[in-house]
Amino acid sequence: MDIYSETLLDHYNHPHHAGTLKRPDARSVKHNPLCGDTVSVDIAVTKQRTIGDIAFTGMGCALSQAGMSLLSDHSMGKTLDECVKMTSDTMDSLLGARVSPGRRSCADLGLTAVKDALIDLHQLP
Amino acid sequence: MKRLDDIKKEFPIFERTINGKPLVYLDNASTTQKPRGVISALSDFYSLHNANIHRGIHALSEEATERYEQTRKTVARFINAEVPEEIVFTRNCTESINLVARTWGEMHIGRGDEIIVSALEHHANLVPWQVLCMQKKAKLLVIPLTSEHELDMAAYEKLLSKKTRMVCVTAQSNVLGVCPDLKDLIKKAHARKALVLVDGAQSVGHRRTNVQALDCDFFAFSAHKMLGPTGVGVLFGKYELLEDMPPFLVGGDMVTTVEQYRSFYREVPWRFEAGTPNIADVAAFRSAIEFLDEVGLDSIEAHDRELWQAAFTMLAANPRVRVLVSDACSATSVLPFVIEGVHPHDIATIFDSEGVAIRSGLHCAEPLHRRLCVPATARMSFYLYNTFQDIEMAEKALKKIFKIFSLTP
Ligand SMILES: Cc1ncc(COP(=O)(O)O)c(C=O)c1O
Repeated sequence: MDIYSETLLDHYNHPHHAGTLKRPDARSVKHNPLCGDTVSVDIAVTKQRTIGDIAFTGMGCALSQAGMSLLSDHSMGKTLDECVKMTSDTMDSLLGARVSPGRRSCADLGLTAVKDALIDLHQLP
Repeated sequence: MKRLDDIKKEFPIFERTINGKPLVYLDNASTTQKPRGVISALSDFYSLHNANIHRGIHALSEEATERYEQTRKTVARFINAEVPEEIVFTRNCTESINLVARTWGEMHIGRGDEIIVSALEHHANLVPWQVLCMQKKAKLLVIPLTSEHELDMAAYEKLLSKKTRMVCVTAQSNVLGVCPDLKDLIKKAHARKALVLVDGAQSVGHRRTNVQALDCDFFAFSAHKMLGPTGVGVLFGKYELLEDMPPFLVGGDMVTTVEQYRSFYREVPWRFEAGTPNIADVAAFRSAIEFLDEVGLDSIEAHDRELWQAAFTMLAANPRVRVLVSDACSATSVLPFVIEGVHPHDIATIFDSEGVAIRSGLHCAEPLHRRLCVPATARMSFYLYNTFQDIEMAEKALKKIFKIFSLTP
């Protein structure tokens, strides 16, 4: 079962960017009704319109939680335009495995939350 | 009589492998596998007898009609309905329950009336009643659970009143496996002149059903959970109740005379079967029931219990695993569990990597999971073709989880 790599389990057990931000520019909470997974993500943007900081809290399976942790590392410093272009393939490459269709919504939960937050941020000046 | 020993052979799907391992199928509460006889009955119907029913005068139409109606008789006998006309074919259990909510409910439920459901219900036996109550400004009441996760019968008695019109209850929970005492529940409802609809989806293929002895007013189930094809549901209703109900869907087949501006409906059960039904699957469904009869429901029930107990013992030996029910309760066939620190989806994925199919998530019972205070559960569910080796394979998968997540067992 190569999806449960050491990296993934490490991120699951010790998530990076865990917590909340004091002054987020955007926040989004996503819930996976099929399994009860949740992710709440806070994003702060710099003047240059890059991701200045990101933090998340959540509950759920290893894929959704480690995926969000990996995605947080990956997003730091990226421009908003770069972030908007992230897809399920981004998640697969971060997780280092091709996620099965049944687990797609788990793996993509964090991505959905980040993209949802970005919609708000795009409207910022 | 068929023997259970090597019944797996009669199910072609067990010839395949999953992730290089032999298939161990422990997701029977979702749907069951099909014996060769059912698969060939389906193919025979299309190869030899295919035609529309109740219409043509030609030989094929008569053969198709005969096969469709024969299954109705077989189902009636299987659940001991008084007459075959008490059996309505639908697409699935969900549609059967909707049929009652939309026709009987439309006619008999008004403002201030009360409908009782149990906390165990699958969404299929909850949402139709929520919607009906909202539309009619009626009240939906819920029978809670005891600490052992059985229905709280004392609380139920307090919920019953003059205003109770209908009690909707499952014969067996698809999450916990517990089986409410239906006879007692029905007697108490009838004493208050309320009707009872039983959701038999989980029980009907695992244990004998006798709708006359139960005295339930409606009994709903799906063919696919009892070795039959998908796309066939059954609604049993007492004849005098069905006769009094308006049609559900309207159009062809369910009418006697159609004038330009009004129509006259057929007698029951055909009044409730508008349009061309799922003829081939209904015809093949008969083979599933005959298969169950040949094995014997008493043997299946005993087999379920033995496997359940073995799996319970296997899981309970691991302190990291929490089984959601005790082995002193009414649960059988279905075994729900959680592992501290491992989400049920991860459990199911790792089981699958060992060829073991189980279900994880909310199992279409979200309010029940909220009551149980767990975000989701993993579930093994057994049927006649499962074996003790299957449980050994599940144990192997469990050990793999401990290893991957570095849990000390
Ligand atoms: C207890 C119970 N009721 C109803 C249903 C709904 O059956 P179907 O999806 O075939 O309509 C199920 C199926 O999961 C069930 O387990």
